[in-house]
Amino acid sequence: MSIREHIKPAVRDMPPSGIRKYFDLLNEMKDAISLGIGEPDFVTPWNIREAGIYSLEKGHTHYTSNAGIYALRTEISRYVHRKYGLHYTPDMEILVTVGGSEAIDLALRSYAGPGDEVIIPQPCFVAYPACTAFTGARPVIVSLKSDNSFKLTPDLLESALTPSTRVLILQYPNNPTGGIMERHDLEGIVEILRKREDILIISDEIYAELTYGGKKHVSIASFEGMKERTLLVSGFSKAFAMTGWRLGYACGNQDLIGSMFKIHQYGIMSAPTTAQYAAITALREGDPDVAAMVEEYDRRRRIMVDGFRKAGLPCFEPEGAFYVFPSVRETGLTSEAFCDQLLTEEKVLAVPGTAFGDCGEGFIRATYANSMDNIVEAMKRIQAFAERKRNSKQ
Amino acid sequence: MEMKKFKEIAEVLEKESRTTPASIAAMLNIGEDETAESIREMESEGIIRGYSAVVDREKAGYGGVSALIEVKVTPQRGEGFDRVAQRIYSYPQVRGCYLMSGGFDLAVLVEGSDMKEVALFVAEKLAVQDSVLSTSTHFVLRKYKDMGFVFGEKHQDDREGIIL
Repeated sequence: MSIREHIKPAVRDMPPSGIRKYFDLLNEMKDAISLGIGEPDFVTPWNIREAGIYSLEKGHTHYTSNAGIYALRTEISRYVHRKYGLHYTPDMEILVTVGGSEAIDLALRSYAGPGDEVIIPQPCFVAYPACTAFTGARPVIVSLKSDNSFKLTPDLLESALTPSTRVLILQYPNNPTGGIMERHDLEGIVEILRKREDILIISDEIYAELTYGGKKHVSIASFEGMKERTLLVSGFSKAFAMTGWRLGYACGNQDLIGSMFKIHQYGIMSAPTTAQYAAITALREGDPDVAAMVEEYDRRRRIMVDGFRKAGLPCFEPEGAFYVFPSVRETGLTSEAFCDQLLTEEKVLAVPGTAFGDCGEGFIRATYANSMDNIVEAMKRIQAFAERKRNSKQ
Repeated sequence: MEMKKFKEIAEVLEKESRTTPASIAAMLNIGEDETAESIREMESEGIIRGYSAVVDREKAGYGGVSALIEVKVTPQRGEGFDRVAQRIYSYPQVRGCYLMSGGFDLAVLVEGSDMKEVALFVAEKLAVQDSVLSTSTHFVLRKYKDMGFVFGEKHQDDREGIIL
């Protein structure tokens, strides 16, 4: 008997990620600079780490309640209210999860299945199409455009809707593009969604704190009538530099949260206890740390955007997350060839845009979650590389 | 406006004094010439007092010793602590000098090649001054952090490759 042939096709036939090979190559290189890793380079601020350590000293080493420590859910409720004016009750409408990604998986499993369609604007986080496919539902890909700063437009949304549409996944600020959607950008989307009350919006707002240029993140849940139909997903990884703690949360309608809760309580029991205690401190005292990190990211962002433009690789202004998504078409190379050659010739790792969807062809993703020194050095190498490639093309 | 710009530029330089005007200009979204001009202005007005490197001397192999000396002094009529402070901080051995609240008046950071050198400096230069009432010398045994930089093991980027 072959185990392989009995593995569920949706899982067995899922192709492995194309980025893997770069990390394997990178591990063998010295002096290489990685602009490939999508997580903060900052270590979790000390007062948050200290709160985690203190919880261990106090002996908080047990499971917590399935939905998460009540005090943490209360702080999440306050935080979301403080940021977006939205009110969710800690008892029924908030679930603490193992990263934002668990929340997305739980929501898809609760809401979508065979015969359903899930609209996924791309380029996007690699997990959405995969998690959708695992449920048996069909991912419907909407290809976003760079001349539009990779925003989802009403036309694009409308063209993807069918009677089978069950879910729309929105992720702004966006990984990999760094694009954001402002209030006026969301208005047209909301207009269309109001006519389709059967559609759930999973709004992944994990990068919300990392919004630059004096702009404030706007949640689609804050539009009239949308809170009931939106699952707001966020977490501590990006804003508080807590990726390894594995902690996220979801806020939404109590029936949906209740369904997600069922899957969560049997599959996960509860999110990590130490992380939950640390997260309480993060929400209570973390604002100045977040502000300092955002300021530093913003400076690096400008240096990187400036660097790509000087290298002759056009990029739209990314206003969120910590990614820049320049076009490399000018060099005559495909995304993948550009990244392959950049790594072997200049020892700089960037990720081909195609890793985030076919429409990412012609682009690369570089992250500025790295030290200023490394970014400055990497941009020097990229400028030399782009120059060389352009010359050899002629 | 001017002060806000000065502050932003100064903050970048405080973190990394080698940052070029071109980089600062890109970071803060202001003109390159304007940035260079602001830096010149801050230098001439004495807002920027100097540029230096933070060196782990122990690691470099020329550790020497440093000491924090608590000094009690009699303030002088019309000049308060300024004159006595000046008489102390003018010695090149003095790396830092602060007027303090609390149980003593001046905190003086002194560096020397060995303990004897520092002790002699205290005995022969500091303690003998008319306004100095008493001194108390504390030798630094180990520097954990200086000028905002942690000494010892350098932090390594240990993030592992992950697909996201």
